[in-house]
Amino acid sequence: MSNQMKGAYILMESLLKENVDTIFGYPGGSIMPTFDALYDYMNRFNYVLTRHEQGAAHAAQGYARVSGKTGVCLVTSGPGATNTLTGIADAMMDSTPLVVIAGQAGSAFLGTDAFQEVDLVGCTLPITKWSYQIRSAADIAPAVAKAFHIANSGRKGPVVLDFAKNAQVEMAEFNYQKCTFTRGYIPYTAINPSQIDAAAEIINSAKKPLALVGQGVILANAEAELKAFLEKADIPAGNTLLGLSALPSDHRLNKGMLGMHGNVGPNIKTNEADVIIAIGMRFDDRVTGDLKTYAKQAKIVHLDIDTAEMDKNVKVTAKVLGDVKDSLPELTNRLKEAKHTEWIESFNEYEAKEDEKVIRPEVYPTEGPLKMGEVVRKISEATNNEAVLVTDVGQNQIMAARYFKYTKSRSVVTSGGLGTMGFGIPAAIGAKIGAPERTVCMFAGDGGFQMTIQELGTIMEKQIGVKMIILNNNYLGMVRQWQELFFQERYSSTPMVNPKFGAIADAYGIKNKEVCTREELDAAIKEMFADDKPYLLIANCEEKGMVYPMVPAGETVTNILLG
Amino acid sequence: MANNNNKAAECNDGKRLYTVTVFSENQVGLLNQISIIFTRRHLNIESLSVSQSALPGIHKFTITSITDEDTIEKVVKQIDKRVDIIKSFYHTDEDVVYQEIALYKVSTEQFLGLGSIEDLIRKYNIRILEMSENCVVMEKTGHYEETQGLFQELSTKLTVLQFVRSGRISITRSKIERLSDMLAKLEAIKKQ
Repeated sequence: MSNQMKGAYILMESLLKENVDTIFGYPGGSIMPTFDALYDYMNRFNYVLTRHEQGAAHAAQGYARVSGKTGVCLVTSGPGATNTLTGIADAMMDSTPLVVIAGQAGSAFLGTDAFQEVDLVGCTLPITKWSYQIRSAADIAPAVAKAFHIANSGRKGPVVLDFAKNAQVEMAEFNYQKCTFTRGYIPYTAINPSQIDAAAEIINSAKKPLALVGQGVILANAEAELKAFLEKADIPAGNTLLGLSALPSDHRLNKGMLGMHGNVGPNIKTNEADVIIAIGMRFDDRVTGDLKTYAKQAKIVHLDIDTAEMDKNVKVTAKVLGDVKDSLPELTNRLKEAKHTEWIESFNEYEAKEDEKVIRPEVYPTEGPLKMGEVVRKISEATNNEAVLVTDVGQNQIMAARYFKYTKSRSVVTSGGLGTMGFGIPAAIGAKIGAPERTVCMFAGDGGFQMTIQELGTIMEKQIGVKMIILNNNYLGMVRQWQELFFQERYSSTPMVNPKFGAIADAYGIKNKEVCTREELDAAIKEMFADDKPYLLIANCEEKGMVYPMVPAGETVTNILLG
Repeated sequence: MANNNNKAAECNDGKRLYTVTVFSENQVGLLNQISIIFTRRHLNIESLSVSQSALPGIHKFTITSITDEDTIEKVVKQIDKRVDIIKSFYHTDEDVVYQEIALYKVSTEQFLGLGSIEDLIRKYNIRILEMSENCVVMEKTGHYEETQGLFQELSTKLTVLQFVRSGRISITRSKIERLSDMLAKLEAIKKQ
């Protein structure tokens, strides 16, 4: 039986076979045949027209991060495709499953500098798991199958399909086969029992163990396995920025965030622990500070799915290669039940010190201008600590990550590895679509908000009920903080002359409120959560707020500034 | 590519010459995928040779680069991680039997004027590939030092009109055939 179809329709059918329900995109010349086919599928896909291709990429990331599904972007060639590069690089750094389908000039024109031709495969090779050019209609279904297999397996990441125009209009037989194997790519390694034994022996002999929890736990849906592991052996845990929410904030063994702006306890204890168990994390420099002085006293056990991460930054004593969903239970089985009461209590003095010097003044001030931390905590509590937190990048990101509280997994969508300003608004759009039943709170600074401000149009059109908060200090705050600390207060290019954000929100028909006082803030928060419509809260905060604690870049992880 | 100096192969700040072999799918753009991994770490590719392998559909890259073991290990892991790469290994000179080929073009008049052609041919085991009124083309295979030795001797005696050396090709000495093992493992995974 013949099942001939036009290439663009093969793509649509292939996406349905991969259970794609949402597409973020922007049309243009060389992807027009595909958008023409999409017109016939509008009742089967939730198609979201963003206002810029970068927004489409970040929205797809936000969607993927909260849902665990692969985010899909559909854009045109040339500038359409290059506009997605920041999102693709971001997804590569943060292991976010993404399939970006971009139009391309017809095969016959390739290499001739045709209109809107760009070597997208060449541009994206360093920032994708896989990048492939589809040059014929017969090639579409296998390429899509392989793309989804690669994006959302193993260490997840972005895949680019460069979709030549002729392939979109040619006819081919449609016969979809899911891809489960591609030679040379082994996404899941069988857990090696001898690695488990070696790791268990080290952990069982530990007197002062510390777990470092990364996003690998969330990507593997291994939150329950993590909890069982930590509880059985009574191991305190620090989280990376992306690992936040894998373990609830108030869990007895959760000792907070690691790294540059992390909590004092887990950073100090990193250099006191006798055994460190790194779970689905990659020893990023923002976590480790100076590697020469990082955890030199400790035996290090590293559980990760990506063999290229083993010994990359930190030499490990024992590695356990594989999905932590598989390795954690096996390791837990071999662990002896233990109690490390004294060790765990030794975190308390640092918690108390941080609470007194940093947290209380930031979160519970009674006078002076609004503090970023207090705005964040109030909003978190107004959602019963159940919301999804989306952040932009900078002080707003760190304040939000530190003072938001987490009761559910997949509650943090932030640009960790790449640190992409402008990530916030579009990622929040994607997050709300990916988890419509959850409240989504997006924190941005006045700088980052304006980098993708055009996506307010998407929010308006689709009435996406995201709650946006600008922590406005009229500065590019994080850079300003570094200038204050390390560049003799020479505020080069950091003061911001800002528009009336409320007037912009008004223009998009988005309800909004600008607040300066605690009373106004409380009232606005109440108003913000009164319904599930989009809302913009502009919180004018102290101009020269600082994010503490801080381990200055490249310094020893225990060299912590408290203000 | 930098002028190869095999002194570095012995030792130089803990660095030495490594031979990286990469087995890949036969696809467009593979070389780019591999080379950008060297570029990111600012590693020079000293020599490069690409050909089909003994196995149908699998290409073999032989790349040499001077660095330390820690770095080359990370580079190989990053190469290996690429979806279209089947397997990548690194070796020291002791692990492999390796060879390069060099061609030398000189003018026939100068060549005949050397006087000691037989000695030169015996000393370097030269093959003459072409001889015409204007030029003689010689071939020599060997390690870098050997092909370079002939080039230097010729250069002192006459003008070398053209000189070219290939990238290294190599075969492992080991008893274990790691690619075959890898392919068998992949077949087993596929069947699961």
